[in-house]
Amino acid sequence: MNDIAVHQFPVLIVTTGVFSALTILVVGLFNRKLCYYIVLFTTTFHFVLSILTLNHVLTKGRIQYWLGGWRPPWGIEYVVDELNAYVLVVILFLSFLGIVYSKRSVEKEIDERKHPTFYTLMQLLIAGCCGVVVTGDVFNLFVLAEVASLSTYALVAVAGGRALRASYNYLILGSLGICFYLLGIGFLYAVTGTLNMIDMKILLQNLYYNKMVQVAFVLVLVGLGIKAAVFPLHTWQPDAYTYAPSAVTLIMSTVVAKAFIYALIRLVFSVFTIDFLKIYVDAWSLIPVISAVAIVVASILAYRQNDIKRMLAYSSVVNIAYITLGISYFTSHWSLSGALVNILNHAIAKGCAFAAVGAIIYKTGIKDIRNYAGLAKKMPYTSAALLIAMLSLIGLPPSVGFVTKFYLAIGSLEVQNYLMLAIILLGTLLTLAYFLKVIEELYFKHSENNAEEAPLSMLAPTMFLAILCLAFGVYWLTGIPLDFVEKLVTVIR
Amino acid sequence: MKEYYKYKRDIIVDTTSRKMLPIVLAFGLYTMIGSKGAGGGFQGGCIVAAAYILHALVFGFIEGRRKMPESWNTFFMSFGLYLYCGCGLLSIFASLLVAEFLNYSAFWPITQLVGPHEARAVQIEFIIEVGIGVTVFASFVSMFYDLAWKDEEED
Repeated sequence: MNDIAVHQFPVLIVTTGVFSALTILVVGLFNRKLCYYIVLFTTTFHFVLSILTLNHVLTKGRIQYWLGGWRPPWGIEYVVDELNAYVLVVILFLSFLGIVYSKRSVEKEIDERKHPTFYTLMQLLIAGCCGVVVTGDVFNLFVLAEVASLSTYALVAVAGGRALRASYNYLILGSLGICFYLLGIGFLYAVTGTLNMIDMKILLQNLYYNKMVQVAFVLVLVGLGIKAAVFPLHTWQPDAYTYAPSAVTLIMSTVVAKAFIYALIRLVFSVFTIDFLKIYVDAWSLIPVISAVAIVVASILAYRQNDIKRMLAYSSVVNIAYITLGISYFTSHWSLSGALVNILNHAIAKGCAFAAVGAIIYKTGIKDIRNYAGLAKKMPYTSAALLIAMLSLIGLPPSVGFVTKFYLAIGSLEVQNYLMLAIILLGTLLTLAYFLKVIEELYFKHSENNAEEAPLSMLAPTMFLAILCLAFGVYWLTGIPLDFVEKLVTVIR
Repeated sequence: MKEYYKYKRDIIVDTTSRKMLPIVLAFGLYTMIGSKGAGGGFQGGCIVAAAYILHALVFGFIEGRRKMPESWNTFFMSFGLYLYCGCGLLSIFASLLVAEFLNYSAFWPITQLVGPHEARAVQIEFIIEVGIGVTVFASFVSMFYDLAWKDEEED
């Protein structure tokens, strides 16, 4: 594959994604069955492109792409470095599995008349998230974030009933968040006169003392914090995850959450830089405190839930808190590695958990964990996948969750903050406490019900993710990818 | 069928709109492609949509839907984007993956004829702006019908 062709891939992923979304709308007029296969084909194709991009970035250096041939800072620029390419692969991999998974689930949960619009929105959501990841322009990021968010609001509401209220909450809070972000970049534009991230980083270096820049930082942090459901701005998230259709929850928890946490990391570290955080943001020392509170409080809230999807949603809040805890100690190499590695680890583990839960809902309609008794006998593979996902969210070696916590623990030793170590251990114990409730019902209680194993198209992605939970855990622990993690950390340092 | 969906003939409104419609449509098209270069797609689309909505208001919603069924509306919504995005992608593929997305001067058949700068202008004017216009038109009409038919669907 020649180099110039690879340069086209990031933009091709975004534009052909949007192109395919609108094709689904037209094809849906003639043949509703075909819509699904178009999304499947597009996502598979994009996944292959993203792997080629990652390979190119790792071997030959970053890609800078000028849309329309206009040079930055006048034109829009797409920049793909190691971090982008890594998150892009994660997102497209999970959306590929999510789409494979969604076929049967959507057939059951959603009226057939709505299939074309559903898949159109799904494809727009994926394309928007990819756009958020590959772009190197703060305003372009806003536009693509809106493409992704607006599709998500509609997708949450598809189920109707209480999902409408959840979606409305999400709409109001999400719009507030994006308004904060827009205001923030407006301030930055007023100060620097540019929207290009790299250019802005250079121009801001002499302007850190400016009050407007400091306000802009807060606005951007809060805005993207709402979008990424960082505690205590997560209030929309449990409802949205609980009432959305299973396939949408799977995509939201893995793709959307990861894209926005990436955007947060990118803006904070690549536009404002660590120098700014060190000198001008005294409040940054509050972030580890907030993360610690988040880990404890969200775990306790998760413990009190009986709805499995809501419990997993609170577990997502905890995991986002691990990421913010990691990035808050930016002086530590291991701490940052833990945060960045958790983007993949949490996506795999939470994807697996939501996929398994969705399969159980598909076959039995059970959402309450108190009715899970005896399911392990009837749905052995799905239950095993759920068990592995939960163990890896708890952090049992050699699963992926262990790796995150291990890196963060080393990071806490590196900065000699033993309180952080204690919080990580406490978080692990609390996670064990609430997932033990599920495991107990699933494996140690017996009751008769006539459930049966989920269909293959749902089981295969679930099992694959469960295997990856362990395989990636072992792979990280062997130390082979440490070079790669090193590269990721140098991008944001 | 609800009473107010029915067409009631009013000679003044009827005649005025008949005379106005072609002019409004022509003005919409002029706004879209009249300027040499970028700009005007959204406004042009709005004006064309206004003409359609005027027609639907005066001659009845059913008559309006008969002129353009909902499936056509959906198609137009996508078609505008096909023009816009397709033209950008064409510049990638026409240059065999060398030129960037939206780099219109790379589309060689037009560039051969009129030169690179003219090629940009021509493509923006006649393809991009029309694409934007068509999508805006279809979206506005769709919004109008969503509001107009609301209680019909809820029955």
